[in-house]
Amino acid sequence: MTGLATETPHPSGPEIIRQLKAAAVQFVAAVPDIVTSEGLLWPIERDPSLRLLRLSREDEGISICAAMSYNGTRAVLLMQQTGLMDSLNAIRAIAVDYHLPIVMLVGLQGKEPHCLPEFSSAYGVRIVIPVLESMNLRYSLIEMPEHVHTIRRQIDLCYRKSRPHIFLIGRAPNLQ
Amino acid sequence: MRRDLALQVLARTIHSRDIVVAVYQALFDWLALGPRELDYVSTGAMGQASSHGLGLALASPGRRVLVFDGDGSLLMNLGALATIADASPPNLWHFVFANGTYEVNGAHPLPAAGRVDFAAIALACGYRSTYRFNELSEFELQLANILDQQGPLLVELKVEPGEFFPRNYPYIHSAKARERFRTALNRN
Repeated sequence: MTGLATETPHPSGPEIIRQLKAAAVQFVAAVPDIVTSEGLLWPIERDPSLRLLRLSREDEGISICAAMSYNGTRAVLLMQQTGLMDSLNAIRAIAVDYHLPIVMLVGLQGKEPHCLPEFSSAYGVRIVIPVLESMNLRYSLIEMPEHVHTIRRQIDLCYRKSRPHIFLIGRAPNLQ
Repeated sequence: MRRDLALQVLARTIHSRDIVVAVYQALFDWLALGPRELDYVSTGAMGQASSHGLGLALASPGRRVLVFDGDGSLLMNLGALATIADASPPNLWHFVFANGTYEVNGAHPLPAAGRVDFAAIALACGYRSTYRFNELSEFELQLANILDQQGPLLVELKVEPGEFFPRNYPYIHSAKARERFRTALNRN
């Protein structure tokens, strides 16, 4: 039992970007991740209506997005789950303790396309959801094309409630 | 130079519309001079001041953002120098109060204390210009000129502790402090 069918349609990168823009996101802070590189990061870099901030480390992005939120400027942090793990203290202190709207898009590098994260053979993937749940962090899975359509609403909610949200991207977004 | 005296020089020079992001003892010394509404005090995790400053500078291009960092704090997030240089906000001034210790954690020495050249590293990363001051009088003489230039710009100040001011951690992590800043930022 792996949780997903063996057919593996991928989420649409252009639709994810449309959702970000519809949610009034202006900045994307990112450390490259191979899951989202082709379908998201390169297109975002070429998109003149989004400003890409290249980070040296992922936890910088937590602080950048937090600081921007004070005047309502919307930003998202794009990274791999390794960066998410590296950023847990910043997430705890800045996003959770301070109740700030930090939106994270996290590529699950090493996750098999046909299974959910909790069934992955990769330890680094399998622990992600238990870690998030132990911190009471909200998350959504972006595995199937239809999952993408929740992004705008979740971002709006995140800013309205002033709380963090994490999108776990389990399949590489495609270019269509 | 004494850190509290250097901060007094800064307090006399900056404008009421400027945002100040300060950390640890520099923050407590700064608050003792008289808290301002646009003091951004809730940086959360050690080392993150300059990253908060970058976010503020990009989101508020009409304001000057001054970061009062520590050398220990900056060492924890040294890659931020490259990130800031890459984003190149013209309204960001990065002051590093270098005392060679983790002062609030027991004053233990930093690794390579006294040998790390933050001004040189920032310049190599692509900051527009950098300065280093050992003497308060020279810093005071140059400060207005420094603030007239475009950022990102780093100023390394070799400091020693001055008068001891209380460390009010509950305030800097409080919802009240964040709301005060948010209200002032969005007022005009």
